[in-house]
Amino acid sequence: MEWTEFPEMEREQLRDLRKAIDGGFREFTRAYGESIENALYPVEWFLKHFENLLLDTPWPLVLIGLCGIVYFASRRPWLTLGTFVGMALIGYFGMWEDAMKTLAMISTATLGSVLLGIPLGIAMAKSDRVQTIMNPVLDVMQTMPSFVYLIPVIMLFGIGKLPGIIAVIIYAIPPIIRLTNLGIRLVDKEVLEAADAFGSTSWKRLTNVQIPLALPTIMAGVNQTIMMALAMVVVAALVGAPGLGQPVLKAINNQFLFMGVSAGMAIVILAIIIDRASQAYGQRLQSHREKGH
Amino acid sequence: MSGIQIKNLYKIFGEDPAMALDLVKNGMGKTELQDQHSHVLGLQDINIDMREGGIQVVMGLSGSGKSTLIRHINRLIEPTAGEVIVDGVDVLGMSRSDLRKFRAHKTSMVFQKFALLPHRTVQSNVEYGLEVQGISSSERRARSKKWIDRVGLSGFEDNYPSQLSGGMQQRVGLARALATDAEILLMDEAFSALDPLIRTDMQDVLLELQSELKKTIVFITHDLDEALRIGDNICILRDGGIIQKGNAQDIILHPADDYIKDFVKDINRARVLRIDSLMSDDMTNAGTLKLKRDTRLDDAARQMQEADVINAQITDASGKVIGSITLDDIVNSMVEKVEVESTV
Ligand SMILES: Nc1ncnc2c1ncn2[C@@H]1O[C@H](COP(=O)(O)OP(=O)(O)O)[C@@H](O)[C@H]1O
Ligand SMILES: [Mg+2]
Repeated sequence: MEWTEFPEMEREQLRDLRKAIDGGFREFTRAYGESIENALYPVEWFLKHFENLLLDTPWPLVLIGLCGIVYFASRRPWLTLGTFVGMALIGYFGMWEDAMKTLAMISTATLGSVLLGIPLGIAMAKSDRVQTIMNPVLDVMQTMPSFVYLIPVIMLFGIGKLPGIIAVIIYAIPPIIRLTNLGIRLVDKEVLEAADAFGSTSWKRLTNVQIPLALPTIMAGVNQTIMMALAMVVVAALVGAPGLGQPVLKAINNQFLFMGVSAGMAIVILAIIIDRASQAYGQRLQSHREKGH
Repeated sequence: MSGIQIKNLYKIFGEDPAMALDLVKNGMGKTELQDQHSHVLGLQDINIDMREGGIQVVMGLSGSGKSTLIRHINRLIEPTAGEVIVDGVDVLGMSRSDLRKFRAHKTSMVFQKFALLPHRTVQSNVEYGLEVQGISSSERRARSKKWIDRVGLSGFEDNYPSQLSGGMQQRVGLARALATDAEILLMDEAFSALDPLIRTDMQDVLLELQSELKKTIVFITHDLDEALRIGDNICILRDGGIIQKGNAQDIILHPADDYIKDFVKDINRARVLRIDSLMSDDMTNAGTLKLKRDTRLDDAARQMQEADVINAQITDASGKVIGSITLDDIVNSMVEKVEVESTV
């Protein structure tokens, strides 16, 4: 026995296995690809219309709208001013359109993640079994290199916006699921007992107690999800998602330093604006809980 | 039958309560069960008959099973064995939806750490039970307003719980419980988290409301002073079992064991004991001052001093003389307390 060589699977067996799995997935794609794509049509529809809205609206209105949203979410004048300057710079350096496309994509991805992730997080909080099953799945989703799961996504949907956004959602959804679960599990047991003692149904208990009390934690999850969605913009560009990832790819292929850095900076500016605004919003939501007596 | 009856109630926490139940019924104690079988004995063979319209106090040290017991009345905890009957209805036989209705209409609860909803205002917290009952928002508003006034929180309707002191937060908890008009009020160490002065305040608030509302109250406390002050009937728990039941007098005069003696020794007896506990038949020197039989010793001593007498007649509720008492007896019974203390 040779101890320097690891006993490998037979080459032929390995090849057969590979063929079987690849072939099987291709079969699956041929059989169900279209119906899955149809099922996901609302996502595509929302993305397309939101993108068009941002692109077709005159830029001053969009800029004012963005500053307005940031101000009402955070009530911070300096952050609002920063948003104005940051977005103006992005536009001045020729990236307005790409920034709008990116904004549309991460908004859609975030919305999708929230709509899917919060119910999953709730299910996980309600049942230890679900939690035991979900945890390793989430671990895989978070640690698997994102290029790897681009492969089945491309096989299923080809190249374009939809595969891009699906890839972003897969990558960005774990924090919202985890933090919804955590937030609900951390809700004060006595307050839950109070809800039960007054005869609440489990729906009332969920909507009146568990979600509101978990909201700060859930908001932290939303914030992380947004940040992760932004981090995926360039990877998603690889499968054809439009936006600020495209100039980065072009810059890599052609060694355009300025183009790469400026698109990167634009992503950073968007990230900072969204992060600060959503965090400030989360804090404002729970401000009355922190006030001392 | 009205009121609350608890019969042969057992609660054991652990993997296999049925197995542990047999052991407990065969005489195994809490420590043994914990050490040898890692099951926790929550309650054992509890039998209480709680009168409608009265205050039943349940007293015991931390971990004695008080919270577990009170949570069986509205079935927040399922028993291992036994019966809980409220107003003649078996609580344990209720379906999920009957139980929800029972909790929404029949019982309400006040919690040690208040358990208010931090994201709701005072008003909206007090409305919670009414909301669950499905009452319209205008009626909710009116009814909650009334109870907010009654507990002395007018003007704080729009504050959030975190903006209030502990005592005020518990007033909200009390108003929330009273607003549903439930006949049964379950109070689990409701005043234990409060400072002593505030606690006395809240006891007064409760007793005053009770004199008018006549609810069936189950009041949990670990403090004997509080128990004696609040309770018509007191039962004392240790290691999940009842070791004494009775009124304040019974417990002070005849503590069932050393555990209770320990509790009783620091009590101001003159404030709890009634003069008929020291009554004698000897009417030769009874004087002319008349005192009702349920007068407390401290009150009697004060009245005798004011009248400048050392003897008094004791009368029953109708005013008929039934015996006598001397100032000496009163003083002696107070001194007895000091002796107990100095021997410890
Ligand atoms: N869910 C539970 N699981 C295991 N043991 C419990 C549980 N709830 C209470 N106990 C145990 O039951 C005993 C009584 O607890 P509890 O009713 O909370 O006491 P008290 O309210 O008098 O302080 C304690 O020994 C406690 O550790
Ligand atoms: Mg307790």
